Amino acid sequence: MNGARIVIESLKKEGVDTLFCYTGGAVISIFDELHKHGEGLRLIQPRHEQGGTHAADGYARSTGKTGVVLVTSGPGATNTITGIATAYMDSIPLVVITGQVSTDKIGTDAFQEADVTGITLPITKANFLVKDIKDLALTIKRAFYLAGTGRPGPVVVDIPGNVQRQDYPFRYPDDPQLPNYRPKTTGHPKQIRTTVKMLEKAKKPLILAGGGINLSEANDELNKFLNKSGIPVATTLMGHGINPEDERLYCGFMGMHGTLYANYAIQNADLIIAIGVRFSDRITGDTSVFAKNAKLIHVDIDPAEIGKNIPVDLPIVGPATSVLKELNASDIHGNYSHWVDEIDEYRRKNPLTYDKEGLLKPQYLVELASRIFPDNTIVATDVGQNQMWVGQYYRFRYPRTFLTSGGLGTMGFGLPAAIGAAVGNPDREVLMFSGDGGFQMNMQELNTIRKYKLKVKMIIMDNSYLGMVRQWQELLFDKRYSGTDMNDNPDFLKLAEVFGIKAVRLEDAAHAEEIIRELAECQTSMLVHAVVDPKQNVLPMVPAGKPLDKVITKF
Amino acid sequence: MGENQQLSDHIVSVLVNNHPGVLSKVTSLITRRGFNIDGISAGNTKQSDMFRLTIVVKGDDRSIEQIQKQLYKIIDVVKVWTITNESKLDREIGLIKIRIPHGQRNEILQMINVFKASVLDAGPEGFIVEITGTTEKIDSFLSLFEHHQIVEVARSGIVAMNRWDKK
Ligand SMILES: Cc1ncc(C[n+]2csc(CCOP(=O)(O)OP(=O)(O)O)c2C)c(N)n1
Repeated sequence: MNGARIVIESLKKEGVDTLFCYTGGAVISIFDELHKHGEGLRLIQPRHEQGGTHAADGYARSTGKTGVVLVTSGPGATNTITGIATAYMDSIPLVVITGQVSTDKIGTDAFQEADVTGITLPITKANFLVKDIKDLALTIKRAFYLAGTGRPGPVVVDIPGNVQRQDYPFRYPDDPQLPNYRPKTTGHPKQIRTTVKMLEKAKKPLILAGGGINLSEANDELNKFLNKSGIPVATTLMGHGINPEDERLYCGFMGMHGTLYANYAIQNADLIIAIGVRFSDRITGDTSVFAKNAKLIHVDIDPAEIGKNIPVDLPIVGPATSVLKELNASDIHGNYSHWVDEIDEYRRKNPLTYDKEGLLKPQYLVELASRIFPDNTIVATDVGQNQMWVGQYYRFRYPRTFLTSGGLGTMGFGLPAAIGAAVGNPDREVLMFSGDGGFQMNMQELNTIRKYKLKVKMIIMDNSYLGMVRQWQELLFDKRYSGTDMNDNPDFLKLAEVFGIKAVRLEDAAHAEEIIRELAECQTSMLVHAVVDPKQNVLPMVPAGKPLDKVITKF
Repeated sequence: MGENQQLSDHIVSVLVNNHPGVLSKVTSLITRRGFNIDGISAGNTKQSDMFRLTIVVKGDDRSIEQIQKQLYKIIDVVKVWTITNESKLDREIGLIKIRIPHGQRNEILQMINVFKASVLDAGPEGFIVEITGTTEKIDSFLSLFEHHQIVEVARSGIVAMNRWDKK
């Protein structure tokens, strides 16, 4: 069997059914084998490799399966870089297969040669250059194993053209043969017991749920724990999807643009159990006073995360699901109702709010969509104000329903990620929110929607600015709006029309509900071009590096 | 956290699989995480498929722990440990090409003897001296010479081990 065929048979062995791919000279053999033996593999061909990689990422985030990308060498591979880095920062499992020039040409600056393993070293969990056909099947086995286990992440497999054409018997190994790679599968029982003891002493405990909850699909266990213990929960942006029975336990998301009450809960708690959180600067603010009254228990699958940004009182290394299972199996005595009352009182005095007068408000659109779309809708955002408003005003109740580029903050992520989600979840509603700026970074993928007749609902919040940056300029640069004007936007309705996608324009609040309903009920893809108040700001806001309780609520 | 952190040299030993690119993976990870490498040496171990790296990095105790945890994430890293100051045994080797002014040969030979260094090569203009010892010892040997006398220096970087437990 030739190497190209080995790649395909290996993918089948891994249970892959969808491939996000774009061809070129260095993968032409693999595409040829796909043509002959690709039964059971659905090929999704984007219009740009970046779009394809974000789509694979959106597929992975929404389904929990590893996203698979196949691209050619050189420019094909470098076009995936932003997508790989985005996935790396948010720990999303991807296997990216890149063609490479033949082994005898490597290092000669051959046509379309790029040092892909060199370039992707800092943005992959692992990467491999397969120089010998003997190693091919094992390397693919390893790639999937590494991408999907422990702390997930993208893995690159770079395969030279001549290796694709060599013959070798195919045998797919059961064992990835990685003796040094042993991610923990349970938390240490002693640490669990200590946690229980600390909870007994605590008066104001708080759960801080991060992206690890979604990655580990620990939402059910966490809800169970919250219901049982009566402990309130705040999430990070990536931790959305928690749904306790008592809504009062839910504080929404914390951090730079988090709710006042979530940040209040963090700063006033006496014990925080942080699960699957990496304490990025966007959530801690000034680290020296972060959660200053609290003892901190940090649960994470990756030991390197513990103590990296914030000192920890009790580390628990293990997957969120099994640690929560262990906690659910323990008795927790403690009545935290005073604390819940305290947060609730604070919430009533300081709700999330915005000025509802005048021009159409983007926050209102998010509120409407959250109310009208089904609870299990998958929502993808772009980056900027639109992302934060969705984070604030959309109520996510299920795991893997909120797809956003948290760590890298990649504009242009929203549309292709929504496409990937639609590919992986044909029966569910997929809703995209994007700014007018970010939408134009991968708008060529509208054609992918058309090509595969996908159902993606799109809302462009057009404020004719690169809104988030404009907001910073208003606050910190005396309103010098340098480089943020988007007055020259194209006609988004005509744009959608070109790609055969139904589109409507929404300009006033009076029609908003009707149009969002139409969007939710539409049986095909549809785009809403919402012309929103150009000067809305995302509030509250903790300026970068400031303590979480030094909040700006008005400009 | 943060206050009064002492930055000092730490020696980190790393056992790695002898796979292509592993050295650059280790060094680039350390640099990428914001640490400076002050010295590095690499060589075979008793297992022919493994390499031992000895890396000198500046940092406080917490950052050294962070480096160790990060290094474990490289698939080809088998083991990482630090050499503690109390039980450190470390050596470096230096080859030094020295130009010797007329009439100073004997004097310099005496200095070489004091440092238990040896002359590997001699020519009319000077010697090549081999010296083994701690980094400080080699530094102080070098400091005995005028800058222009030293033609070339090649140092191996530190190799180090923890001593046998004495208890
Ligand atoms: C690829 C990329 N380039 C630049 C930025 C910097 N950036 C962050 S938010 C933002 C503005 C986004 O504007 P828009 O897409 O219109 O969304 P809005 O903030 O108005 O909702 C920019 C330029 C980024 N995050 N990603």
